[in-house]
Amino acid sequence: MTTTKPETTKTTATGNSKIPYYPGCTLKTTAKNFENSALAAARALGIELLEIPRWNCCGTVFSLADDDLIHHVASVRNFIRVQEMNDYGLVKNENRLVTLCAMCFNTLKSTNLRMKNNAEDLSKINDLMYREEDYQGKVEVIHFLEVLKALGFEKIHDRVKKPLKDLKVAPYYGCMILRPQEVGIDDPEDPTIQRDLLESLGADAVDTPYKRVCCGSYQTVKDKDIVAELAYDILTHAQKEGAEALATVCPLCAFNLDHRQKEVKAKHPDFTEIPVFYVTQLMAIAFGLDGECYGFDQNYVDPRPLLRKKSLIEQQQES
Amino acid sequence: MVDNKSPIMERIAEANKAATTGIDATDIKNWIEIYIMGKAYKVPADLTILTAMEYAGYKFVRGVGCRQGFCGACATVFRKKGDYKLQTGMACQTRAEDGMYLVQIPFTPAEKADYDITKEPYEASVFIKYYPEVTRCVSCNTCTKACPQDLEVMDYVQDAIRGDFNALADISFDCIQCGLCAMRCPAEIVQYHVAQLGRRMFGRYGQGVPDHLRKRVKEINEGKFNQEMARITTCAIDELRKIYTEREKEPE
Amino acid sequence: MIKKVEITPENEKFLNKVNELSGQVVTLCEQCGTCSGGCPLVGEMDITPSQWMRLVQLGLKEVLDFKAVWVCASCFTCTVRCPRKIDVSKVAEALRQIILRKAIDYIDLKAIPKDELACLPQIALVSACRKFTG
Repeated sequence: MTTTKPETTKTTATGNSKIPYYPGCTLKTTAKNFENSALAAARALGIELLEIPRWNCCGTVFSLADDDLIHHVASVRNFIRVQEMNDYGLVKNENRLVTLCAMCFNTLKSTNLRMKNNAEDLSKINDLMYREEDYQGKVEVIHFLEVLKALGFEKIHDRVKKPLKDLKVAPYYGCMILRPQEVGIDDPEDPTIQRDLLESLGADAVDTPYKRVCCGSYQTVKDKDIVAELAYDILTHAQKEGAEALATVCPLCAFNLDHRQKEVKAKHPDFTEIPVFYVTQLMAIAFGLDGECYGFDQNYVDPRPLLRKKSLIEQQQES
Repeated sequence: MVDNKSPIMERIAEANKAATTGIDATDIKNWIEIYIMGKAYKVPADLTILTAMEYAGYKFVRGVGCRQGFCGACATVFRKKGDYKLQTGMACQTRAEDGMYLVQIPFTPAEKADYDITKEPYEASVFIKYYPEVTRCVSCNTCTKACPQDLEVMDYVQDAIRGDFNALADISFDCIQCGLCAMRCPAEIVQYHVAQLGRRMFGRYGQGVPDHLRKRVKEINEGKFNQEMARITTCAIDELRKIYTEREKEPE
Repeated sequence: MIKKVEITPENEKFLNKVNELSGQVVTLCEQCGTCSGGCPLVGEMDITPSQWMRLVQLGLKEVLDFKAVWVCASCFTCTVRCPRKIDVSKVAEALRQIILRKAIDYIDLKAIPKDELACLPQIALVSACRKFTG
């Protein structure tokens, strides 16, 4: 995106101020349905997420080598954009940076922790980026689920117009919003945040021991088979517990669990397909929002037959 | 018109005389020392790097082109005296300075992907398909710092990753394909080729055919300019010269 | 099988290198096997996480010949479970980095078929490039 001329802060109709929002590359392409449904659902709750100008790819994984600084530059550059939003008056004293993508969240938050805990690292990175203003270390990286939790699940429940009655959904957390502990937003062994959200939407949240087991992540590039095996375990265990669908907040988990069902099916002919939602798609349905933001065309396993069966979308609703 | 009366323009004119007419060195008042590939040369002050190198005896067959800063052939990297920063510029547009270390980068080894834009869907995946290494970008901004055209190269690489054809085409429009970005990139991305793919896709699918072009093509097909063309192609050379000098020009 | 390992200064140098890159003290590992037991990808590995920890403790460079650390998906399950608070995924990263920094990549982007590349979301390729290319 191009640099836009800063506007002065406008408060939304509901009187709430805007929160800087980092989309990440995949939310602009193959996970557009995640972004569209999340932004619409947030708006319905009076939360205005304002995309940060000139953001750049965070790198999706946090570099774990102690001597490596160059791979943290991308994240820090994004934090400087948040500072600039405050400087230009796009937001007012708002140091929170909201992410939707679990991997962006983990990378940005991990980098931020390293910068906050290590002044020397931060100073080196600031020196390298001498064309930018210095990062002051004040940004707080938070995940959208944390925003919802802070708002209160009762408030979300109040906003529901079409409860997801009888819809059995297994929340799938994956790794990046849970681990490592200092980065995670919930109990790494027994997370509940998505369950609480799904229940506030009126759905039956199905618990599965595989809710926090890795989907294989970037191994999907090198070895699809590894991912297909993990996806098979994750999906069939959810099915054994009675789940009719899964919900996630990670575009890579979504790709591995949804799109890779083609490979799962090829390896395991007994496997039956199961839809994988972004949890925000379910929010949009439950809030009764305009179907245009659902973006089911981008889901590999079409969830519409299931939703029609549950009378959650109209028979002719296509998008 | 350039003001030839200013002292600096006079100095430049004088310096260039040495290179272009070969006047006696004793006529030159201001001299500098530059290091071309590590060897010191005394050259008249105020020349461009290109003419300074020619004064020093280099003859360019490759690595020079329009001499106007448009073709991107004479990429140069240099360091100034007392400065750690590695700088870049087009040799024809950058003034040689005393104590400068420099070398030409007349060509950047890079593979241009083989694609047919008529067969590619207008989707972000086209970048990953042909230049998957764009995903190796670490946002270090070295490419932007290296660009002699002052383009925000890193920003358009980011646009390529997320498939924003419009922004990429806009930011990279003035690229002269000199290759300096690619030479400096730690992720080994070939930025200028990526941008070219993006602009081609945008030109074909994103921009559409502008109205004025559609209108003009229609006029040509209807024969609106036939009479004038016949006149130009058959008239005497003096007449043609007159037509040329009196032609309607686009405003500067 | 019993194997006698002589700890030479060379072995210590390797151990120290891994400690330095990972920011961990690998010798703290008491070989309880929790990391291996919880690893979701251990079934695909040629050695287990606790085995690579042991090999590093002994300073044996042969640990670099196994593909296990490349199968690691950096899911941090071992990290949150290690009773000795060792970040095992950081040790895996250190071992990957030792190889990548010699300009030996684990994946070759040009070898991936174009139609497959076109199907991959950015998030997959960006992370794979960061983990598998130097």
